[in-house]
Amino acid sequence: MTQHDSPRDALILGGNRIPFARSGGPYAGISNQDLLTAALDGLVARFGLQGEKLGEIAGGAVLKLAGDLNLTRESALGTPLDPRTPTIDMSKACATSLETVIHVSNRIRLGQIDSGIACGVDSASDSPIEVTPRLRRILHRAFAAKTTGQRLKAFSAIRPADLAPVPPRNGEPRTGLSMGEHQALTTAEWGVTRQEQDELALASHQNLAAAFDAGFFDDLVTGYRGLSRDQNLRADSTLEKLGSLKPVFGVKSPQVAEPSMTAGNSTPLSDGASSVLMGSAEWAAERGLRPLARVVDARSAAVDYVHGDEGLLMAPAYAVPELLDANHLSLQDLDFYEIHEAFASTVLSTLKAWESEEFCRERLGRDGVLGSIDRAKLNVAGSSLAAGHPFAATGGRLVATLAKLLHERAEETGRVQRGLISVCAAAGQGTVVLLESVSD
Amino acid sequence: MTDAYTRFTRSAPGGALAKQLGLPRPSKLPRRADRPEPVLGPVVVLGGSAGADEIARLLLHWGADVRRRFDELRKIGSVIVVADEINSPSDLGPLVLPLGSAMRSLAPGARVITLSRPARGEDPAQDAARGGVEGFLRSLAHEMRGGATANGVLVEDGVKLDAPGVIGALRFFLSARSAFVTGQLLTVSTDAGSRTEDDTLPLAGRTALVTGAARGIGAAIARTLAADGAKLVVLDVPGAGTELARLANELRAVPIQLDVTSAGAGERLVGVLRERGLTLDVIVLNAGITRDKLLANMTADRWDPVLAVNITSQITLTEALIEAGDVLGERPRVVSLASTSGIAGNRGQTNYAASKAGVIAFVDALAGRLEPLGGTANAVAPGFIETEMTARMPALTREVARRVNSLQQGGLPIDVAETISFLSSDEAGGIRGETLRVCGQNMVGK
Repeated sequence: MTQHDSPRDALILGGNRIPFARSGGPYAGISNQDLLTAALDGLVARFGLQGEKLGEIAGGAVLKLAGDLNLTRESALGTPLDPRTPTIDMSKACATSLETVIHVSNRIRLGQIDSGIACGVDSASDSPIEVTPRLRRILHRAFAAKTTGQRLKAFSAIRPADLAPVPPRNGEPRTGLSMGEHQALTTAEWGVTRQEQDELALASHQNLAAAFDAGFFDDLVTGYRGLSRDQNLRADSTLEKLGSLKPVFGVKSPQVAEPSMTAGNSTPLSDGASSVLMGSAEWAAERGLRPLARVVDARSAAVDYVHGDEGLLMAPAYAVPELLDANHLSLQDLDFYEIHEAFASTVLSTLKAWESEEFCRERLGRDGVLGSIDRAKLNVAGSSLAAGHPFAATGGRLVATLAKLLHERAEETGRVQRGLISVCAAAGQGTVVLLESVSD
Repeated sequence: MTDAYTRFTRSAPGGALAKQLGLPRPSKLPRRADRPEPVLGPVVVLGGSAGADEIARLLLHWGADVRRRFDELRKIGSVIVVADEINSPSDLGPLVLPLGSAMRSLAPGARVITLSRPARGEDPAQDAARGGVEGFLRSLAHEMRGGATANGVLVEDGVKLDAPGVIGALRFFLSARSAFVTGQLLTVSTDAGSRTEDDTLPLAGRTALVTGAARGIGAAIARTLAADGAKLVVLDVPGAGTELARLANELRAVPIQLDVTSAGAGERLVGVLRERGLTLDVIVLNAGITRDKLLANMTADRWDPVLAVNITSQITLTEALIEAGDVLGERPRVVSLASTSGIAGNRGQTNYAASKAGVIAFVDALAGRLEPLGGTANAVAPGFIETEMTARMPALTREVARRVNSLQQGGLPIDVAETISFLSSDEAGGIRGETLRVCGQNMVGK
């Protein structure tokens, strides 16, 4: 490890994920650890990493059991990688594996490590179910009791209502609103129509299906438990079918005049895992691995959604301009946009914000608008609406997909290609990353 | 892997009860790990021909304890009956009768092998004698006990007994690798192939593709070929991708997720091989499925996939690999998976048997196609093998199926794999278009 005057490149060498499944589907009853191990096993097989000691593996899950303290470490120990490979568990809601990519990238750029894997996993089918806080306190009191009498006294405080299990909270702790209800407010605020949302959802399914048909995912996805494509993918979806679904979010909210968010234009609860192999140019060359892209830069932002100042999922609208400015790029200088489809309307609200003179001036403090993007460059290989969204696995899916898109296009055109990844996350946060193609 | 009934008969009370009731008492079949020595000694070579002397010298060279008579031997490991020069049925008796008195002295897991020449439709008396060997051998196999087997090598006229194919077949039948092969005759039709001196790594330096490799027999084949020194390319459907990846990790193999029935599958395989700079020396066409139904209830959605996977994909894949011109090594070996159902037929398997009988005819034609390339093609026909697939059969059907063979038990995936490894070896070059059964001499069919 040497000190570099200017940071060296952190290269995306490839990725592997298992097909994403719908919650309660073929991966029901399979733990986060098993899912992540499967994704890592496929990565090791694809790149011949058996016995390899990597610099670090950074991973995480959002719905995480307390016992999964060292989830990434335990998963890595189940693979043929050298057991002396260090790991770290990280967490930032839906941006988790995008943050792990940034973490590994930074370490490589600073010369602290030469190689690493960024990964993430989630299983909505095996999410933690806890006991009520009152029962937890009673049990702790009973465990601490010194005499049988004290113990019995502690237990006698238990009431039937204490025994109800507490599933993971589906709402923001500070507002009590679910993510969908929050987004329904944003959707209404930006006047995003039902038609727009359904069109975006349809494009996601069509693009993902076309990419699978073209073999684009042959070296990005390894089948698991009989699934070879994302289970949520509906290649034969139509606007009519999507249009027939009933709105599910915003229906009880007085601020939402026309609820428009349906199960079709919102992501389903999903199970899945993804991983990204990264390394320095030297490390890749020594192993004959062909780099796809390099991590140029990253930013994160947070918004005050608690006091209604901004929509819960709007943080990327702030992070992206900061990232572009730092790299002297305009929004239109990018060749691919990967904007995570938490809901179709999240993508659309963000795009509308960048097109809004008022938003750009008052919120972003800019002279003019960021402007529109060429929609033909948006989520061209499908995104979360079609693939599903196992929270901490989505960032890894996006990075590997975009890296391959950039590399392919650069090979075709002979020009450097740039792509943006934007992921919104719970609690009003967002993480964005800029990638640039590397060609042979 | 041993079934419950067999475990019961190997217990003291279970064994006594089975003996009393005259029920099958399957013997433990020693496999390579149990008996690594190439020849179970002492080995007795019967016959007075020049060929018999040649075989005796060969075995001495292998370090075996070679005898030419039974004399007072208490225990006999192997017997080779060299009948290459018999001219009339009356020649058979003097040759084989001495073996009769030695039958009770055969060691557990003993090997009896006949070496003879196939009838050629020219000399009635000679052909009758040559044909007779087959009946003798098949009946003898039924009489073997204690996990012992009997097999024959048929050497075409003009092919010498020290041809690589003959030596390879002899080596295979003598070894514990042929544990579940008995009552079979294998024809060596040319003196092609080359001799292997290092029997411990017969496939060293060779690259082998195994289709349907993610589990069951396919995984066993991949593991066995890797253990024999081959570099592996393992292929299976994308849905089994992670299992395939794990096998690839275990064997340091190259995994390829591909549905062999998809459009352009052959071209995509060729593309991946070129990208990775791989050339194939061994191709094992193992991918197969069953969709059983009586013909009266058979529908196209049960018939078509079976034919598509089990035989059509084999044709398209091999055609694409040959046509590509740059992805096959020298002396390519193709081994395809047939089935005893393809030989004898099986109720409820008109589709499966059609595909597997197709395989048997296909490898014969393919062997001719590969001949100019110095290659060959053969098939193995497994009988009842203990796999996840057969574990799902109804219990009674399964119990009957695994007993109706001379060894009174089901075979293991490794038995099929060992046979395939042999047919993939350099020595097997003179074996062309053959289908070798791995069935414990199942009662059905030939």
